[in-house]
Amino acid sequence: MVYGVLRFINFAHSDVFMVGAFVGFYLGKIVPESTIWGGLIVLFGAMLACALLGILIERLAYRPLRGGPTLNVLITAIGVSLLLEYSGQVFFGAAPRTFPQIFPSRNFELGPLVFSTNQLAVILIAVLLMVALELIVHRTKIGTAMRAVSLNPKAAQLVGVNNDVVISFTFGLGSALAAAGGILYAMNYPSIDPLMGVMPGLKAFVAAVLGGIGNIPGAALGGLILGIVETFVNGSQWSTYKDAIAFAILIIILLFRPAGLLGRVTVEKV
Amino acid sequence: MLRVSDLHVSYGAINALGGISFEIQRGSIVTLIGGNGAGKTTTLRTVSGLLRAKSGKVEFDGADITALAPHKIVARGLCHVPEGRMIFSNLSVEENLAMGAYLQTDAVRNAANRDYIFSIFPRLKERIHQTAGTLSGGEQQMLAIGRALMGNPKFLMLDEPSLGIAPRLISTIFEKIVEINKTQGITILLVEQNANLALEVSSYAYCLETGQIVMQGESKQLRADPQLKATYLGG
Ligand SMILES: Nc1ncnc2c1ncn2[C@@H]1O[C@H](COP(=O)(O)OP(=O)(O)OP(=O)(O)O)[C@@H](O)[C@H]1O
Ligand SMILES: [Mg+2]
Repeated sequence: MVYGVLRFINFAHSDVFMVGAFVGFYLGKIVPESTIWGGLIVLFGAMLACALLGILIERLAYRPLRGGPTLNVLITAIGVSLLLEYSGQVFFGAAPRTFPQIFPSRNFELGPLVFSTNQLAVILIAVLLMVALELIVHRTKIGTAMRAVSLNPKAAQLVGVNNDVVISFTFGLGSALAAAGGILYAMNYPSIDPLMGVMPGLKAFVAAVLGGIGNIPGAALGGLILGIVETFVNGSQWSTYKDAIAFAILIIILLFRPAGLLGRVTVEKV
Repeated sequence: MLRVSDLHVSYGAINALGGISFEIQRGSIVTLIGGNGAGKTTTLRTVSGLLRAKSGKVEFDGADITALAPHKIVARGLCHVPEGRMIFSNLSVEENLAMGAYLQTDAVRNAANRDYIFSIFPRLKERIHQTAGTLSGGEQQMLAIGRALMGNPKFLMLDEPSLGIAPRLISTIFEKIVEINKTQGITILLVEQNANLALEVSSYAYCLETGQIVMQGESKQLRADPQLKATYLGG
């Protein structure tokens, strides 16, 4: 989404995801475990904290470079990413931690399948957040402004949009979602460490490219396809190559359909 | 209403405006004519805050707006319909108009503005849900003007509204521009390469050449001026 508005890939996104999980980890210690309201506090607290972090990162690292070559911003994004990873190791410690059980969890059977309410909560929250994001982007004034700024920042200024505010908002929103992602991830794979964002970040990037970058339903579809493919590969004799398959998909998509499955072909303006 | 004094603007080492001054009275239509690369677009962009002046001053309604950010200038009622229209092509006609009213909070006023825009450009109403990028060039120009009108302008700057539009539509659009000026009392600065047309609808004109104002006067008189005729009106 940040890409859609700003036309650059925020490599630090996956580290905000990690910070979100850690904020959740610490918040999870102060609220009672395994309650719905406690879980929601952890979720929204982490989202809020990361929204502020995202706005701060944009303000300090990216805004001064705006208007300059995209390459500078990309390099800075990698720098920010490394900064967050290593600060994470300093502040949170490099050793993996166990993420608390924040929502109540119970297993139940549906025919031959066993579900945990945890998994259902993850899916439910993810779907709700996606719907909320779609509504914000397509039904609100600030969302329309985000799309307008992404298309033509000059024209947006000429109708009175303060682009700085819209860009801050975009970063805040994107980072809040990254934090939610970190929490949801940690609920399912409850071992967290400062480098936990790297692999999911790369895969999210593959999913986004697969679906058509800057396209929200596309990214969800890309994620779903990637997930299914990985699960199949995992269950086959090629399971060692589970992580490699994502990158094979990336290469194939970039070769044959660079706009992604749902994306429209656009010509890069220089 | 608008006073520009000794404005210098450059792109890096290229000087685009070498100290121009002009003034626009409230309620008038004034035109700025000149050939390719004369600096017309640069002038408008500097007035609306998209470009920063190297030196000089822009005053609007008595206040110095030279250093203001574009959105603050729009908030004062100075709207700019840019060259090439710059509509939001992936947004619908409706959303484009809504973006035009980005700073406007009065819903009643917005609805009235919309009705007015649809009354002068009925085609926009027919195409309200259409993606703006699929409109014809003339319709996009109507939309660009409509979007600016949604911002309740006191002063409207139009950059080559005739560019790339069928001749029949050009005269419609110019009629509407005059109508907007007369009935809404909006002051207009019109930039044109089509000098004939611009001098017909305006009361006063400035001629710009390589970043300098080389001639100015009542549009009626300039139309009769032999020298101007030779350069801009094709003899
Ligand atoms: N972004 C830019 N970078 C460098 N030079 C520019 C830029 N934009 C305009 N110029 C130069 O500034 C001068 C004035 O350009 P401007 O666009 O204001 O002319 P114009 O009168 O609007 O012309 P046209 O009628 O072709 O639109 C030209 O010499 C042009 O080459
Ligand atoms: Mg121009």
